[in-house]
Amino acid sequence: MNKIKLLLVDDEKPFLDTITKRLEKRNLKVSAVYSGKEALAELENNTSLEVVVLDVKMPGMDGIQTLIEIKNRFPLTEVIMLTGHATVETAIDGMKLGAFDYLMKPCDIDMLVTKVKGAVEKKRKHEEKITEARIKEITARRA
Amino acid sequence: MEQTLTDRKAFYHILSRKITTLILVVSFFPMLLTTGILVYRFNLTYTDKIQAHISEVVQKHSQNIDTFLSERLGNIRYTALHFDSMQQAPKIFLQQHLAILKSEYGDVFTDLGLINKKGVQFAYEGPFKLENADYSKAQWYLKAIDKPFFISDVFAGLRGHPHFIIAVKVTSNGSDYILRSTINFGAFNSLVENIHIGKTGLAFLVNSKGELQTQTKVGINESIIASMLDRSCYKDNETVFAKKKDASGNKFICVTAMLNNIDWIMVFRQDLNDAFSDLWKTQFLTLVIFILGCIAILSVAFTLPRSIVKLISSADKKSEVMNKQVVESGKLATIGELAAGIAHEINNPVAIMVEEAGWIGDLLEEEDLKECENLDEFTRALVQINTQGKRCKEITHKLLSFARKTDSTINDVQVNEVITEMVSLTAKMARYNNVIIETNLNEGIPYIRISPSELQQVVLNLINNGIDVMEKTGGIIKIKTKVSAIEKNNLVISMEDNGPGIAKDNLNRIFDPFFTTKAVGKGTGLGLSICYGIIEKMGGKIDVHSQVGVGTKFRIWIPFQDEILEKTDNE
Repeated sequence: MNKIKLLLVDDEKPFLDTITKRLEKRNLKVSAVYSGKEALAELENNTSLEVVVLDVKMPGMDGIQTLIEIKNRFPLTEVIMLTGHATVETAIDGMKLGAFDYLMKPCDIDMLVTKVKGAVEKKRKHEEKITEARIKEITARRA
Repeated sequence: MEQTLTDRKAFYHILSRKITTLILVVSFFPMLLTTGILVYRFNLTYTDKIQAHISEVVQKHSQNIDTFLSERLGNIRYTALHFDSMQQAPKIFLQQHLAILKSEYGDVFTDLGLINKKGVQFAYEGPFKLENADYSKAQWYLKAIDKPFFISDVFAGLRGHPHFIIAVKVTSNGSDYILRSTINFGAFNSLVENIHIGKTGLAFLVNSKGELQTQTKVGINESIIASMLDRSCYKDNETVFAKKKDASGNKFICVTAMLNNIDWIMVFRQDLNDAFSDLWKTQFLTLVIFILGCIAILSVAFTLPRSIVKLISSADKKSEVMNKQVVESGKLATIGELAAGIAHEINNPVAIMVEEAGWIGDLLEEEDLKECENLDEFTRALVQINTQGKRCKEITHKLLSFARKTDSTINDVQVNEVITEMVSLTAKMARYNNVIIETNLNEGIPYIRISPSELQQVVLNLINNGIDVMEKTGGIIKIKTKVSAIEKNNLVISMEDNGPGIAKDNLNRIFDPFFTTKAVGKGTGLGLSICYGIIEKMGGKIDVHSQVGVGTKFRIWIPFQDEILEKTDNE
């Protein structure tokens, strides 16, 4: 299985740094950015990113806005919302907008990994189906 | 606070006194005036009327008697005119004329007699043997001899039987005779006795000396009669009305009228009590009603202000409590916001700390550190940091959920829908715990105006509690809704489980905040107390019945408005 390519988005730098290290130790390829805008730029540059873990509460462009933008521009990318307790509703709203799942801070690292894996799996299946469909289409065309 | 309390008491006191005074003045003044005027006018009119009535009766009777007397006198005078022609046979003359009179007037004339100058009755016709009776010494004779005619007072006479005499002087052949006739006293008496008014009203005749001229049933006090003999106060053809008092203190009215033909006075006497009994009855009734009215006014004047003031003071107290609650909830909201802020701010650093500890844990797994002497200690410390971090998380979560604003927007809510929604929310958890939720929701229950999210909270709390207690055993939760038969205009939600029940000691405390039977850290003890608060706020009530080993039943009553019920009926 390919290494999972993950994008972490959180304005809390120490948290982000540590969790990046921990996830990398668990054999994930992690990119970390500190705002919604950076996240969108990173996704633009690095098309191999599969899952975004997105903090709900951020200065500037907040989690929901970022989510909408991501889903708009990179519909196949899965998003996991990361939230404090106070913003659970926002996270649920995020799920309605297409987020894969949500997690409450402080989160258990294994739980996070599980969810990320789930998201990646979903994404890969999704992509597989699309590929299959394309193949079918192309073969059909040839025939 | 003390100051305002006494101030308020004084204010209530003044208020109640003002209301009392107002009621008293406004009610008493018109009532007194009306009753006074009415009673006074009625008295005046009624007294006048009674006086007029009695006076008229007396006058009429005295006229009757006058007429009677003058007619009888006329009869005798007419008879006397015929004597001239029958001078030779006086006996026959008397016989003939008595017969004529008797046939004409019945028993009125008892006898006829002729008396010569010496006072000897030389001719007589009648039932008594009075021929040659000597009247020369009789009073009436002495008076009659000087006058053309004379009507005597009533006297016993020679016969010892009361009677009176009409005597007419007859002049024949130059010598004077007197034709006399005895008038039947009974026939005359009945004329007077016919006057009867009330129980004590009676009439009699007295002569100028105050001697009774009629028979009366009641003994007439001499002094009374004497007091009436002052002739100066009588006028011709007029009756005189007077109120007098007899020796024993009885008051009576006395109406007198002079007779024209004879020096007699017609007297009518009636006890004052009797004459005015109707008036006094009316007055008594008026007085009773007046007193009752006064009592009613007084009781109203003293109780109404008290109850009004009581209402006002309870309203004041309520509003005070309400104000306090508003302040309190304002404070709570502020604290809540503060707590939410703090919780959120603490949450991030704690998250970082836990992550860092996790990172150290990750690093410890690397091989070169495996041989470290204190590896176990490190691991234990990290686990501890992790545990404590989670504890912090728990605390901040609780703080946040306590502070979270519930959406208390009021809406028309169909309770059944809310319950169905909450049941489906918990269905998965229930299935996982082997709990079956049965619902029996009455379709006919009306919409209620409450906050839907608050009702959700209540229902969900109760269902969660039910599922929690039956976690191990499994069981059934039955939820019913219907329009309450006990409480008017209420609908009732009952939620029954067949779990372990609640011990009697705890039953009183389950709605207390922070009371919980769950393990430490599992429950906050706030669920039921929040439910209680919410339902109280809706104007409803919640109660609980529980039997250990059998189950627990919560019932919630929530009031609805009639109009809403009607509206839904119509739809």
